[in-house]
Amino acid sequence: MNNAAHIEIAYITAAVLFCFGIKMLSSPKTARKGNLVSAFGMLLAVGATLLYKGLDLRWIGVGMALGGIGGVLAARLVQMTAMPQMVAVFNGFGGAASLLVAWSEYHIRHPERMGLMPIAVAATVIIGAVTFTGSMIAYAKLAERIPSRPILFPHQHPINAALGITAVGCTAVFLMSPASHYALFLFVMLTALVLGVLLVIPIGGADMPVVICLLNSYSGLAAAAAGFVILNNVLIVSGALVGASGIILTRIMCKAMNRSLANVLFGGFGALRQGKKGYHGEARSLSVEDAYYLLEAARSVVFVPGYGMAAAQAQHVVRELGELLESNGAEVKYCIHPVAGRMPGHMNVLLAEANVPYEKLVEPPDVNPIMDTVDVAVVIGANDVVNPAARDEPSSPLYGMPIIEVDRARTCVVIKRSLNPGFAGVDNPLFFKPNTRMLFGDAKQVVSSLVAEFKEAT
Amino acid sequence: MMVMLLFIFVLAMFLGFELISKVPSQLHTPLMSGSNAISGITIVGAIIAAGRGDTAFTVILGTLAVCLATINVIGGYVVTDRMLGMFRHGGRRK
Repeated sequence: MNNAAHIEIAYITAAVLFCFGIKMLSSPKTARKGNLVSAFGMLLAVGATLLYKGLDLRWIGVGMALGGIGGVLAARLVQMTAMPQMVAVFNGFGGAASLLVAWSEYHIRHPERMGLMPIAVAATVIIGAVTFTGSMIAYAKLAERIPSRPILFPHQHPINAALGITAVGCTAVFLMSPASHYALFLFVMLTALVLGVLLVIPIGGADMPVVICLLNSYSGLAAAAAGFVILNNVLIVSGALVGASGIILTRIMCKAMNRSLANVLFGGFGALRQGKKGYHGEARSLSVEDAYYLLEAARSVVFVPGYGMAAAQAQHVVRELGELLESNGAEVKYCIHPVAGRMPGHMNVLLAEANVPYEKLVEPPDVNPIMDTVDVAVVIGANDVVNPAARDEPSSPLYGMPIIEVDRARTCVVIKRSLNPGFAGVDNPLFFKPNTRMLFGDAKQVVSSLVAEFKEAT
Repeated sequence: MMVMLLFIFVLAMFLGFELISKVPSQLHTPLMSGSNAISGITIVGAIIAAGRGDTAFTVILGTLAVCLATINVIGGYVVTDRMLGMFRHGGRRK
């Protein structure tokens, strides 16, 4: 392999391009180019690998053709609202691919390379397997193929712990003489696959942003571990970058919910809390017409979108309403909570799809200080992220979570299907505040009729 | 060799932390799908496994891995590009 040096240089270049690509993602102006830079790095790495002497390209071609067609179709056809499950699927496939790489490497069992390799093999297989099945369950939950609420069963924690210990124990035995323990290797893989399922099913829909980030991190770590198996730098560097990225995002998400990672993963949040406190004040509801008069007179309006907007596909009509309000002389902003929706930045993508310029999308710290001067805050399908109990009531399970303080706006209009509590199962005192008006109905229908009111008036 | 690789791994993690802390929250979804595509780098290992042709079984595993990793890579980049194409300024709407 005298072309090995060239291949190595190509790998280093690819790793550098990945770094630049991620760096360029830090501004919306350069982000798209950054993605292309990163994609070019990938092309380089793949191209260089194909130059290895003695590779039989037939099956590689088959795999790439199938995967390429599948990938392009999926990426082109997916609805923006379905983005979280799409990312989950891609994640899972990455994890599975790393697992298969380690498996095939172990299957050949080059005796001269045994050394520390089995540790890397075991790590790749375990992380890859958990990533794969975990992501598939996350996909099923996000696509609502299975209920998105936490699925709990008796003795869940002891069973998970036992399974975890079994996996670790078997791995230890496997490592003592890896070459002779093929069956044990397969057993460890199986245990990890089951573990991936069990770890994700107790996690509810609104905690999915955390899980997606964590699985994203795992898929990177699996790739890095696979890099240790085949002793390849570019896998290690890129895998570590992705692993770090996922960890940071996980931390941001946890912080935005004021919960520890352990609480998210093992809390079964939302299912355990049946004892409701119940705020049975009266909620004042509002007709579409009244809401129109309210908005028509408003000089400043803040929209607070949540998962309800995504579920109703209401982003386009929301943008339309926003534009009508602007031409009516109001100042319009969209305030997005970090955990709104089902993945980090979910609402930003939807509003971007609806052509809302990104300058209008702001974060809670930008809006909260000036909330008193906001005439109308319109909450569209968000709940827990605007729950004042998180600020006021130390006994609330949400207490301490940073919220968007819409209750301090002059008027707060909440568009919602019912008074039901949000995902966390915690009642929302916001609905019963004197300056809150409930506008019951499907987000898309309600906002469309508001748009119609505005159009009639002009 | 292993220690050297571990060293690289740790440095790359630090680099990752540095680079990613600067990404604003509005770009978190593209960051995720973009970094997701990068994790498809395991395709390099998959290509080697599928192409080296050691045994029929490893060729099967390798081909499957190439297929899955390609979906991850191509799908990830295309979807990220599609998303980022939607982010725009106030100035040139529509």
